[in-house]
Amino acid sequence: MTFTAHFNYWVAMALLTVGLYIVIARGNLVKKLVGLSIFQTSVYLLYISAGKIIGGTAPIIAEGLRVYSNPLPHVLILTAIVVGVATLALGLALVVRIKEAYGTIEEDEIHSQDEEP
Amino acid sequence: MLLVLLLASALAIVRARNLFAVVVLSGIYSFIMATQLTVLDAVDVAMTEASVGAGISTVLLLGTLYLTGSEEAAPGHRPILPLLVALATAGILIYGTLGIPVFGDPSGAIHQHVAPRYLQEAVEATGIPNVVTAVLASYRGYDTLGETTVIFTAGIGVILLLGIGRRVRERAQGPGGGMQEYLVLRVIAKLLIPFALLFALYVQFHGDFGPGGGFQAGVILAAGVIFYAVIFGLTKAQKLVPPRLVEILVALGVAVYALVGALGLMLGGNYLDYFVLDHDPVHGQHRGVFWVEAGVCITVAGVMLAIFYAFAGRRRRPDSRS
Amino acid sequence: MIAHHLPALQVVVPLLAAPLCVMLRGARAAWLIALGVSWAMFIVAGSLLARVLREGVISYALGSWEPPWGIEYRVDLLNAFVVVLVSLVGALVISYSRESVDHEVRREQHYLFYAAYLLCLAGLLGIAITGDAFNVFVFLEISSLSTYVLIALGRDRRALTASYQYLIMGTIGATFIVIGVGLLYLMTGTLNMHDLAQRLPAVEHTRPVLAALAFLTVGISLKLALFPLHLWLPNAYAFAPSVVTAFLAATATKVAVYLLLRFYFTVFGAPLVLGEMPLPEILLALSLAAMFAMSTVAIFQDDVKRMLAYSSVAQIGYITLGVSTGTAAGLTGTVVHLFNHGITKGSLFLLLGCMAMGMRRITLQHIRGIGRIMPLTTFGVVVGGLSLIGVPLTVGFVSKWYLVLGALERGWWWVAALILASSLLAVVYVWRIVEAAYFKAPGEQVAKLREAPLSMLVPAWVLVVATLYFGVDTRFTAGVAARVAELLLGGFR
Repeated sequence: MTFTAHFNYWVAMALLTVGLYIVIARGNLVKKLVGLSIFQTSVYLLYISAGKIIGGTAPIIAEGLRVYSNPLPHVLILTAIVVGVATLALGLALVVRIKEAYGTIEEDEIHSQDEEP
Repeated sequence: MLLVLLLASALAIVRARNLFAVVVLSGIYSFIMATQLTVLDAVDVAMTEASVGAGISTVLLLGTLYLTGSEEAAPGHRPILPLLVALATAGILIYGTLGIPVFGDPSGAIHQHVAPRYLQEAVEATGIPNVVTAVLASYRGYDTLGETTVIFTAGIGVILLLGIGRRVRERAQGPGGGMQEYLVLRVIAKLLIPFALLFALYVQFHGDFGPGGGFQAGVILAAGVIFYAVIFGLTKAQKLVPPRLVEILVALGVAVYALVGALGLMLGGNYLDYFVLDHDPVHGQHRGVFWVEAGVCITVAGVMLAIFYAFAGRRRRPDSRS
Repeated sequence: MIAHHLPALQVVVPLLAAPLCVMLRGARAAWLIALGVSWAMFIVAGSLLARVLREGVISYALGSWEPPWGIEYRVDLLNAFVVVLVSLVGALVISYSRESVDHEVRREQHYLFYAAYLLCLAGLLGIAITGDAFNVFVFLEISSLSTYVLIALGRDRRALTASYQYLIMGTIGATFIVIGVGLLYLMTGTLNMHDLAQRLPAVEHTRPVLAALAFLTVGISLKLALFPLHLWLPNAYAFAPSVVTAFLAATATKVAVYLLLRFYFTVFGAPLVLGEMPLPEILLALSLAAMFAMSTVAIFQDDVKRMLAYSSVAQIGYITLGVSTGTAAGLTGTVVHLFNHGITKGSLFLLLGCMAMGMRRITLQHIRGIGRIMPLTTFGVVVGGLSLIGVPLTVGFVSKWYLVLGALERGWWWVAALILASSLLAVVYVWRIVEAAYFKAPGEQVAKLREAPLSMLVPAWVLVVATLYFGVDTRFTAGVAARVAELLLGGFR
């Protein structure tokens, strides 16, 4: 179990930490969504790294190639990417409406406005 | 090395306070990610990540910033708790990944059970050399129906929240007016847009043999119309492709996909069974994949346009803070 | 012929009806489609349950690809029961919805509203019925995205922030589930739940599997609003349109509970989940905290919808408490409370929707003296309140009976005592509603109200009557729940 053997996974973890941190710690509604995207992409890296075979090629069957990387994680992550962008679009639409209703997209200011009756 | 760059760009996003910078950095991040995914043999995924992460997301984020303002307020307190939560999550995952097979090892369980059969029999059973497309559209075609439905849901969500088709007053600049006073742009646009549409068709039909497919084609198709709207103005674009038509496209694609499934059912197979769509099962598979990819393309193009119309139709509001 | 395809039709019909609503565009047409489809789905669910009771597990291979290579729908007693609950509530809510939605949602949005509702229904049914771990995620997102949209349609601007907050927390939850599923896939090479169950014992004690268990637990707990991951729920329920709140409260968290049971007992198996991790202990502590903390918070709410939302978080505590006992009686309590709390909260939020026809916000001040003005509505609320407390002759009593039995079977007499003690807190918040509704003089505004139309009262009262009927005749609910509990503990292996 060497460091390099799991290097891809380490980076995925680090990205996950960064993404989740932005989502929870930041108060700006747009930045939170950017963080959410990073959080999700870290999972893409996790899946795709797991599907890679050293010496393999892209799973498009052709003459003369023997070893292909695993196609299933690719399929799953294609779905996940699409779901991710759908969520982002909806989230941003909400942000636009929140801006129109509150005049701000900072979480703290929204809270303080809601507390006033 | 790419991975290090990836991490660096993510950290830069944390640090950046100007949201435009954040958006640009996240575009860069997505491009590096796409490159890294290519290195890992996931060409279809890379292509999608590039068009979605660096393309659509960036445009959407910029559109939002145009409407909401671009400076992030300084955080009021040192956030320790969020860091702990994030680290704890990563900690559990690190604990977990320490036990998984070494990266790239072909003897891992993931490469043994289900996947080999796809690689062995997909071409024979479906006639599609791109195994990713075969699995996506046929073996796990039901997931893809769900995925198309997710896009559809987001589409009607955005229409509900922001509305499409409200008339925007023509303005000299911005999404309403376009840039039609620039002759060069107009000429280039007229030359380029047909090629964009042609390219979309190529991506659509090439998906069986190489990376590509309905999703990417739909995005390119919508991009063509959006380009038109940017140059000639939203009003003209909405005359060309009226909002009501967009709404119908949004729904039509999902309906086509779901009906292909129902057709399999009526012809005596299970739901989404393509084998029964033709006398020759392989042809049937081909036909099924063709039509569901068409469905995906229609809904994706429709939703992208709906989102564009919805965001472009909104007016910018003054910032309460300034 | 058609009977063979029922599992697929259960999900695909509402999924196909949604684009149809968008293409037709008419408000009335959309409602009629939603109404017809919802009742048809209830009939489908009923016949699926009947068939499972008769013949056992049903497997359906989508695309005719044999599992685990293709996606499988797998119906057993547990998910057939959940599907019946979801489709029953869906059908009643949609029957009720016309006047309420007319009142609360702009008319030109109706066709999209019903499309989103149908998608939410399809998503929830899809989660419940699928036998594929990744397919769960896809349908989870269909139901989640449509839920965010539906919540945001509430009249108060806080509906927007509630929806945004839920979007963030829900997406984190879903991503956690994807990580968990990915780790399981890494270790076994399969995504099919049944196949996973067979292949997991070989790698049961490896770290990735334990980490997967942790991620799935946290991810699903976010969706089912387990204390302290419930933060999205109170505002979402309080500010969503009445119809949406009733539907979500009765179904969405229940489907998430189902998912937890499915992963715990079918995929991982009772021995791993209950035996070798401190999971039952953690679950017990959080359940008790939910029951007490959230009931206490509910007492101090003036907004009745919010009060009942906090009560929901507390009631979810009872549901997870049953899991933590790990006994047949406790799990029976969990499964039966899934159904019982679903119909109780469904009826309560529908009745609050009746009140919302005449007032913008339903606070204790606003409903003063409403018992005399809207007698049927208010009396229904009282019955629902009694069920929340767990008074005999209501379904709430049945659930608590099994939970107490489960706790005693483990020798946890103190937990049994705490279950009873927490009911006293429910007495307090229910009493606050009763006091305001019956023992205060009606104000000027309330005096102007009228009783809600029959089209709303009838569906709401069907649930109220069900709350009483299944409180007396428990053959169906507790009978099925007991068999499910037996299956869960026996494992499907």
